[in-house]
Amino acid sequence: MSSANSEFLAGLKAGMPIALSVAPFGLLFGALAVDNGMSIGEAVAMSGLVFAGASQMVGLELFGQRIAPWLIVLSIFAVNFRHVLYSAAIGRRIAHWSGAQQALAFFLLTDPQFAVAEAGADAGRRLTPPWYFGLGAAFYFPWVAETGIGAWFGRLIENPKGLGLDFLLPIYFLGLVMGFRRRANWLPVVVASAAAAAAAVASIGSPWHVTLGAIAGVALAAALPPARAQ
Amino acid sequence: MNETALIILGGALATYASRAGGHLVLSRLKAVPPRLESALDAVPAAVLTAIVAPSLLTGGPIELLSLAVAGMASLRFAALPSFLAGAAMLMAGRALFV
Repeated sequence: MSSANSEFLAGLKAGMPIALSVAPFGLLFGALAVDNGMSIGEAVAMSGLVFAGASQMVGLELFGQRIAPWLIVLSIFAVNFRHVLYSAAIGRRIAHWSGAQQALAFFLLTDPQFAVAEAGADAGRRLTPPWYFGLGAAFYFPWVAETGIGAWFGRLIENPKGLGLDFLLPIYFLGLVMGFRRRANWLPVVVASAAAAAAAVASIGSPWHVTLGAIAGVALAAALPPARAQ
Repeated sequence: MNETALIILGGALATYASRAGGHLVLSRLKAVPPRLESALDAVPAAVLTAIVAPSLLTGGPIELLSLAVAGMASLRFAALPSFLAGAAMLMAGRALFV
């Protein structure tokens, strides 16, 4: 076996455990997409082109509320904005790759891709294109396939409310928020965002709560003295 | 082009911009200013909190309880089991009381 092949397989293998643990969310995205009025093809296209789980769920939630497309795209951008930090960190490590390899590498730069690649590089692994693309393949192809399967089954669900489908996204988002809790200034940011979003919903109304809530939290984080993450 | 296609393509471009843009823009700075870094660091939690907040106001007791279960579980367990605990609470509550 060529070394490129074995590197690709090593990357694939490194991604498998995380790919399995996010599989239910791929199925969930597909089912919720159909429940919110997308076709199976649209759901699969979104997973294949956007390839960013949390922001796809955000897009879906706002899509279901019939919010203006530009604001949905802006929200997707905001949720994915953390990737600029991954991009800056990984970009340094792959600066010697070809332009096409770098372009593909950035497309595949999800949270787990970044986490596993950084951990590998920290542990002394040389970041080669076949390894990195093997890792990306372990995340990408299952995600797209699960979306299709979830969407297919989503069509068959007759009583989405009884299954709680209408409220699974808030539970999912809360989990993501909790996942960031070790970051610096997490609690003040969350409290400020929640308060501003709640005030905006009660006064101006949806969809401005997303923008105003986010701005309140981010502005507070910028204003507070830079604290170390716990 | 219909709205859904617009959202998907716009979302894809926005996502790719964030993934390639960090390298293209931040790598030109010698060091990221600490306040900018704090602000960037806070973005995902702030956006996601703002999206969840209205459901805290509009949710009934079963919905709030399922959020509480998922939130408490996430202090101890990984993302998937915590989510499943909240979802199970929601489904059980609705099956029994709605």
